[in-house]
Amino acid sequence: MDSYKYILECHDLSKSFGGTHALSNVDIMIRPGTVHALMGENGAGKSTLMKCIIGLHAQDSGTILFEGEPYNAKTPAEAAMRGVAMVHQELNVEPYLTIAENIYLHREDVSGPFLNKKATLKRAQKLLDDFGFDAPAKMEMQSLPLAKAQMVEIIKAVSQNARLIIMDEPTSSLDSEETEHLFQTIRNLKAQGKTIVYISHRMEEIYQICDDYTVFRDGRSVGTGRVADITSADLITLMVGREVKNVFPKTECEIGETALEVRNLTGKGFTDINFQVHKGEILGLTGLVGAGRSETMNAIFGLAPSISGQIFLEGKELKNRSTTQAIANGIVMVNEDRKRYGLCLMRSLRENISLPNLRARQKKMIVNQKREKKECAQYAKEMTVKSAGLEIEALSLSGGNQQKVVLAKWLMANPKVLILDEPTRGVDVGAKAEIHTQICKLAARGIAVIMISSELPEIMGMSDRILVYHEGRINGEILRNDILSGAATQATILAKEFGQ
Amino acid sequence: MGRLRREKILGMDQTDFTLFMRRYGIGLVLVAMCIFLTFASPNFTKPTNLLSILNSVAVNGCIAFGMCVVITGGGIDLSVGSMLALGSVMVGKMLDTTGNNLIACVVCIAICTFFGLINGLLLAKFDLFPFVVTLATQLSIRGIGYLISGGYSEGLSNVKFTNIGIGKSFGIPNAVFFLVAILIVTYILMHQTKFGRYDYAIGGNRAAAIASGVPVFWTTVGTYVFSGFCTGVAAVLMSARINAAQPNIGIGYETDAIAACVIGGTSFAGGISTIPGCMIGILMIGVIYNGMNLLGVNSYWQTILKGLLILLALLLDRFMNRKH
Repeated sequence: MDSYKYILECHDLSKSFGGTHALSNVDIMIRPGTVHALMGENGAGKSTLMKCIIGLHAQDSGTILFEGEPYNAKTPAEAAMRGVAMVHQELNVEPYLTIAENIYLHREDVSGPFLNKKATLKRAQKLLDDFGFDAPAKMEMQSLPLAKAQMVEIIKAVSQNARLIIMDEPTSSLDSEETEHLFQTIRNLKAQGKTIVYISHRMEEIYQICDDYTVFRDGRSVGTGRVADITSADLITLMVGREVKNVFPKTECEIGETALEVRNLTGKGFTDINFQVHKGEILGLTGLVGAGRSETMNAIFGLAPSISGQIFLEGKELKNRSTTQAIANGIVMVNEDRKRYGLCLMRSLRENISLPNLRARQKKMIVNQKREKKECAQYAKEMTVKSAGLEIEALSLSGGNQQKVVLAKWLMANPKVLILDEPTRGVDVGAKAEIHTQICKLAARGIAVIMISSELPEIMGMSDRILVYHEGRINGEILRNDILSGAATQATILAKEFGQ
Repeated sequence: MGRLRREKILGMDQTDFTLFMRRYGIGLVLVAMCIFLTFASPNFTKPTNLLSILNSVAVNGCIAFGMCVVITGGGIDLSVGSMLALGSVMVGKMLDTTGNNLIACVVCIAICTFFGLINGLLLAKFDLFPFVVTLATQLSIRGIGYLISGGYSEGLSNVKFTNIGIGKSFGIPNAVFFLVAILIVTYILMHQTKFGRYDYAIGGNRAAAIASGVPVFWTTVGTYVFSGFCTGVAAVLMSARINAAQPNIGIGYETDAIAACVIGGTSFAGGISTIPGCMIGILMIGVIYNGMNLLGVNSYWQTILKGLLILLALLLDRFMNRKH
């Protein structure tokens, strides 16, 4: 009945940001009326591809065909006009508008210059009823639970006559009943001839709902086929095998007594976390984005509250959990979001480095600026910060140098526990190696280091011990010896990340 | 660490020079203005005129330094005009009941500081927008002033007190000493203590400040307390100068204080300001008024020109700090 074999065809698609190739020569074919799984590690290129299709990014080169015709949407609105819609993981809803207003945003009924709210409401209500959605269309969006808000997004896509609907980890915040309901909706949509692109990190879901798969690795599509023809072990093998590009400057150093211990820590995004980290040890934390690694560390550092559980520093329980207290105790954290939590970009390097360290460097309320300047310069030098002096704004530095400034700041605080959340994200290759060297040096001084990283080679090359997170829980521990002996490989870790 | 560029301009490294221009470029505008006025009006450079400029900016100057500290932390204090009035009323009441100058001054400053504390606690505790909170407290504070005074203005008969505002010491108006004192205190506070550093950090990037262990709550409260304190000092000067305790003074004073900050290079987004820059802004407003008076420009035009000048300062700031 269709004049085309594939509803969506991408040929030779490439996209790079700065020097990094997010997509290189990607081909993907999606059959109409199927549910197509997109799989791959963090940063494998799935999201970039979807953003190219939905009109949020423009590809550098390559062509896209939609329903057999050339397709080049420049905005999501244009994509919606052509029949492509996306349900984002972070929902794009207007919380203070009603369901009806959300569905028909920019497509309101009007009579002359005025809104015809009644007509819109009526249309929306009919649509909701058709879907068996049991809430009145005049309800405010913010009062809906997440699963229902997501359903509204899907209904909205259908109301725009979308033939291709992209769902980005739609079940990540749903419970099992809600997930089943979503799957039923997906099956209904499929029966109506709609095509779904389904991004998920949950292996069992792929087998439950998807027909085809495409696996991404390092910005390339490395395998595609029918889900029925492949085992989950083979899928994982496809996903791993990222090249190890640099050798890590890991130095073996003596691991001392316990510095930090966490018992049964539970909070938003993580449940019942238990671990210890020792002086001189580098503890790697890995897992998929949203698995709860950063959330746990934010709670330990005091940036976010925890619900229950205990934290011990050198055997003493920490009660007051504010960042101020954590730093005073010797727990410091390099946040993954450097621009937001790392630096005051318009202030000087000196002020940034000394910010948490002023208390000990004042005499009768006045900051000893001579000493401050001297010490900041000393720590900046130790961290090999490259800049035209310390009085320039942090803004003018490259990502790698900014990260070194953050490290210098915490080094000056003389920490016992150093938490690093994606310490080399957005850092060029050269600076990356330098940062790795510094991290090893800090561990050698007896600082207990906890390093979160999504890059398996980094986590495997640097850590003395690795904890793998899966959906808010620790799903396995891997020792450096197992990695060195080859008993544990990237596939072992990735399988744990996917909950196997 | 390696120096990247070594070109020199006016004996300064290029980076230092850029930084200097960004911070104090507005000072050159002030110098240009003064040179122009020197030629346009023979009276401008007379010592009495220069001192009268300083004297005239003293009240606004004190308020502006407090305002600068608040804006640097990412806030704003619209209640300063009302505090000025309430402070003035308190001066009258205290002189009436005790007849003691010192008590009058202390109570005046204390009451303004207290309301600064209220402002700070309200908006820091409940995480409210400073604009809205101080807009609201501004009304209440003025109301309290009217209530205490019964709405009447009252002349002050204490010559010693009025001397604070109109007298001179060593040939220099007393008010100027107050202004300089506040300038020094603010300078030290902002550029030499950890409180100032925290203030800049909070205004620059609140999240990063929290992640660096900065006590955000108390620092924020502190900025409003300081603004209240400065306004209290201004209230003493103002009451002494007009020789009256008046509940209806200070209307529009927040505008002049904000203007001085903005002209002086204080970023409204927070995190960027210098106290010398703020002083330049304060002087600039004084020189504009003075210059226009000397040249016989009518006061309606003065207001229009002041508005234009603030816009000009903002554009200049945008141009100099293009990266932000």
